[in-house]
Amino acid sequence: MSLNRNTEATAGPSGDDCPCKDGMKPHLELDRRKLIFSAAAATAAAPLAAAPALAEKKTAPPGAVLYDVPDDPTKEMGRGVHEDNGYGTRSQFETEVRVKADRPLDATSWTYTPLAATIGNLTPSGLHFERHHGGIPTIDPARHELYVHGLVDIAKKFTIAEIKSLPSVTRRCFIECSGNTLDEWSKPTGKNVQVTHGLLSTTEWTGVPFATLARHVGLQENAAWVLAEGADAAVMTRSIPIGKLMSDALIAYGQNGEALRPEQGYPLRLILPGFEGNTQIKWLRRLQVSDRPFMTHEETAAYTDLLKDGRAKLFTLEMDAKSVITFPSGEMMLPKPGHYLIKGFAWSGRGRVYAVDVSLDGGKTWAPARLDNVPEPMSTVRFSYPWHWDGKPAILQSRCIDEAGNVQPTRSELISVRGVNSVYHYNAIQSWAVASDGSVSNVHV
Amino acid sequence: MSTFRGLCTAILFCLWPALSHAGNTDASVGTPVSSEELAKFFAIQPDGATLPPGQGTAAAGREIYAQRCAHCHGEHLEGIKEAGGPVLAGGRGSLATDRPLKSVESYWPHASTLFDYIWRTMPFDQPGSLTPDEVYALSAYILSVGKIIDDKQVLDAKTLRKVVMPNAKGFFDGSGPELDMYRINQSASPAK
Repeated sequence: MSLNRNTEATAGPSGDDCPCKDGMKPHLELDRRKLIFSAAAATAAAPLAAAPALAEKKTAPPGAVLYDVPDDPTKEMGRGVHEDNGYGTRSQFETEVRVKADRPLDATSWTYTPLAATIGNLTPSGLHFERHHGGIPTIDPARHELYVHGLVDIAKKFTIAEIKSLPSVTRRCFIECSGNTLDEWSKPTGKNVQVTHGLLSTTEWTGVPFATLARHVGLQENAAWVLAEGADAAVMTRSIPIGKLMSDALIAYGQNGEALRPEQGYPLRLILPGFEGNTQIKWLRRLQVSDRPFMTHEETAAYTDLLKDGRAKLFTLEMDAKSVITFPSGEMMLPKPGHYLIKGFAWSGRGRVYAVDVSLDGGKTWAPARLDNVPEPMSTVRFSYPWHWDGKPAILQSRCIDEAGNVQPTRSELISVRGVNSVYHYNAIQSWAVASDGSVSNVHV
Repeated sequence: MSTFRGLCTAILFCLWPALSHAGNTDASVGTPVSSEELAKFFAIQPDGATLPPGQGTAAAGREIYAQRCAHCHGEHLEGIKEAGGPVLAGGRGSLATDRPLKSVESYWPHASTLFDYIWRTMPFDQPGSLTPDEVYALSAYILSVGKIIDDKQVLDAKTLRKVVMPNAKGFFDGSGPELDMYRINQSASPAK
């Protein structure tokens, strides 16, 4: 055994060389049941494991370090503490990553969270989806300040240390890009749930409420909108209603117990629970209080929703009630008929998830799912639903009902109101078709 | 009794910082900044009140465009998909069709946004490097190709704010729940 950290090693015969794509590993979800019908599972998995294995140079998955794997870990001393220099890495056997959208410029592209592979309700910071408009800036927090000015009594700037000295709030909420699921308006397009719904992540954020900061500058009587501006190359700007800022906005510096990741806005990000992702300005450097919106590029030319009569909706800020089944989902394969636990996420930007229903017949009949964690406002909920698959074709759906009574619409309900050229805010019920051979694919019903 | 009074006093003292904190402003955190220091920032609203001094014409803009913009947005403002530069002109009247073309000409509701956005973040490979004169000129060129202003028009702080975009009335406030989703009639049309 070696005590050395390797960034490279030779893969053994058991190396994880399966050419599976994200979410294409139902056996990960099915460990317990695999024991029950292991013969069938082995048959299904065999073609996937046929890749060359021996003597192949292998690199560590992103975020991991490759170590030699002893035959029997109880017969060799393990690694000592602090070989990682004090910051841990994930297991070399965990390979899930964000995948990149196929766009001409990476600086204005996005990556998707592997929703079928994340565990629990929070998204690991390294798997949080990304959407940038001018790349990821590198910002020295010692040189970064937040300006608050406009219709205030005393225009001020705040250092990061000053912001951290103020009372903070820690809470969970999701961020969803308003462009999540945007390829599904006209025809089923995304092959798997990472691509169809992966512009969604949930985080425990820590920051100072805007209302606290407002006490230190003093809001004037006619304050109605606030321009939030980022310190990236896009100098991204959005106008936010003051009511939202005063109710639950955070000037966040913490993400899941540590500083924000650079791609999530280090050192400061505006968090607006339940609002569309692009309003939650990353690399926040300026808040300008005004009596009206600024009508920036992002809130007029970009993030507006075109209807079929040619008019467009401005300031569709809240994310609607939505859910998706993550298991089984597109590109997965059920090895044989039997018992499965359907799993998924539900969320709403208008409050808590109140209930989730599941349909096994394309929406003809519905039954309530189990909520696997306590619903919190503007946060995701995990749901599950036990299912005995009889081997016949089935169409699996889920629908979210939030505490305000909003019900996730069917696709036909949504497009009857919006047409198919809205681009943003597609929250229709997702359908996954399970074929008699066990393969799962994205369909419209 | 004196113990009780002492307790009350103690509680009051404990609450005192919280009570004083509940006042309207607490100037203790943050550094006041002057308007001179804030001059490095800008945001142009539709009234154009904060447009900078300077001016430009379509003729000047055409030359700047050829050098700084055409490699992403195309020689004729048609956009270059592979370069990531969107279309800037054309598409007027297409928004209600099956193939809407959203450009500055066909979609953008305010000329102020064009100025703000170019000045803020263009050109893509050298963001924020254009002078106000160059931004006025580029705005004039893009608006004149879109036949929104005459190609002899001089754009400056006074004239740009008067430009009326073709789709100025094409937007409405879409905030709040989508009430059309609650219509019984399935042939619902969007709320007016």
